Amino acid sequence: MLSETLQSHPSVLAISARLPEAMEDGHCDRDEATLIIRPAQIVNVCRLLKDEEGYGRLSGLTAVDWHPADPRFEVIYLLHSLAKNSRLRLKCRVTEAECQIDSITSVWRAANWYEREVFDLFGIGFRNHPDLRRLMMPTDWEGHPLRKDYPVHGYKYSYPNE
Amino acid sequence: MQELKDHTDTMGAGVGETLAPEGPESSSHRMTLNMGPQHPSTHGVLRVVLELDGEIILSAVPDIGFLHTGIEKECEVKTWQQVVTLTDRVDYLSNLANNLVYALTVEKLIGDIEIPAKAQWLRVMMCELSRIQSHLVWLGTHALDIGAMSIFFYCFREREEILKILEMFSGQRMMTSYIRIGGVALDAPRGWQKAIGTFINGFPSKVDEYENLLNANPIWTQRTQGVGQASVEELIDLGVSGPMARAAGINWDVRKSEPYSSYEKFDFTVPVYTSNDVWGRYRVRMEEMRQSARIVKQALEGMPEGDFQANAPGIVLPEREKMKTQMEALIYHFKIVTEGFRVPAGEAYVCVESPRGEIGYYIVSNGTSKPYRVFMRTPSFGNLQALPALLEGRLLADSIAALGSMDFVLGDVDR
Repeated sequence: MLSETLQSHPSVLAISARLPEAMEDGHCDRDEATLIIRPAQIVNVCRLLKDEEGYGRLSGLTAVDWHPADPRFEVIYLLHSLAKNSRLRLKCRVTEAECQIDSITSVWRAANWYEREVFDLFGIGFRNHPDLRRLMMPTDWEGHPLRKDYPVHGYKYSYPNE
Repeated sequence: MQELKDHTDTMGAGVGETLAPEGPESSSHRMTLNMGPQHPSTHGVLRVVLELDGEIILSAVPDIGFLHTGIEKECEVKTWQQVVTLTDRVDYLSNLANNLVYALTVEKLIGDIEIPAKAQWLRVMMCELSRIQSHLVWLGTHALDIGAMSIFFYCFREREEILKILEMFSGQRMMTSYIRIGGVALDAPRGWQKAIGTFINGFPSKVDEYENLLNANPIWTQRTQGVGQASVEELIDLGVSGPMARAAGINWDVRKSEPYSSYEKFDFTVPVYTSNDVWGRYRVRMEEMRQSARIVKQALEGMPEGDFQANAPGIVLPEREKMKTQMEALIYHFKIVTEGFRVPAGEAYVCVESPRGEIGYYIVSNGTSKPYRVFMRTPSFGNLQALPALLEGRLLADSIAALGSMDFVLGDVDR
């Protein structure tokens, strides 16, 4: 159940009116609104928020690994509206079995590198991304370093004295 | 292959004749040029793969990650207080902004911690000094890239003075780790008013000096005006922030739109230019240095009395003297150093205005003494994505000016 602040949030009203199935849940933590969106609807929600709610900027995009919970990953979208001077956070829960979500590069071009980074460091795929390659790690790297089951020292090297 | 945009009419009279001659077939004068990762004007290790048609850039594909150090991963195995030293090393030219945004985010997660006025003002003052210092490095190296050598020496002369002040406050010239969770590391040292006063009173005339060297310099104006342009909509769509956005007419500064650490108490203006080129970014940063000097001066004159750290014994390290006489202080010190303190579970995103733009940390806590996830939204990363938009269809020689005008730090891009 949504809190009162969120129920009157204009973006929440817009999403519930136009895409009633899109929103799973939402919460307001430390004055920051977070909406949990069904992964299948993320592109539609982003397009709606950009075109009609004025969220012209994608400030950032990242993921959190909740290993060993299921769904394992959360993809986080940090939206910013210059006109309304407000920020909004979207979240999509992605299971380890699927490990894929639609790319939002068609909505904000800024998503390009952020999605590549998440693909590189978390191993989450983005459907319809124009150029999904590793961004930070070398192209022949094995594993995804920001996953919680990836050791800080990496897989390849052992440190017998430690 | 993208259709070639024709910008030859904007390049000025006579430029068209100096281009490489066209070959008999369109494919014969196309080449791929690998710029970097060790190219001096990339200011670090950036590689750009340029597809050239003669001297015109058809496509530019940045390749990053050469400086990837896995800082975000390392944050997850450090205690909350230890991460402060890692944030210094993200954007090593404006480490105080990184310290500040990390401290603010953790303080937001903690919730019931009140930062004393003096600590907030010290934070603002040091951040603005660091902004001037960062802009000075940018101006010196950018001018050096374009061919104005002497300005570099003037900029580094003043930068040295700021680094001395940073050392005086924190003991370190660059990796200061000065802003900690709960306040700042040390109280202002003896004689700080004189040191800052001497510098800040003389600084505005130094900015005039730089402008005297550059503003009327025909080489400087020709190499910057009308160079490195992209439409405003494109820049917003690509997530650009900071001076790059303000040079495109976007009146947005986090210090004004979402004030933090008492910025609302300072009187300063946000310079905005609409030319949206290398020249505009130069003008914005020059004016920002003057405004930062104003803020430092206000902080110097109105510095509140009081503590420089919050009264939060479980979070802030106790004073050395108290540890020698009080049992509780010793226990708190032991606990903070060995196991760290716990931060309530939750998530927070806080952003501040770094010299390069919006720097924001998104931190997730699971209630333990180490961060669960730290995502650094760094301005250089966001701005660098706009590089192809600035370069494509333009002259190869202008790529140096455009790259320099973006003022990215590769440590900030790759993290």
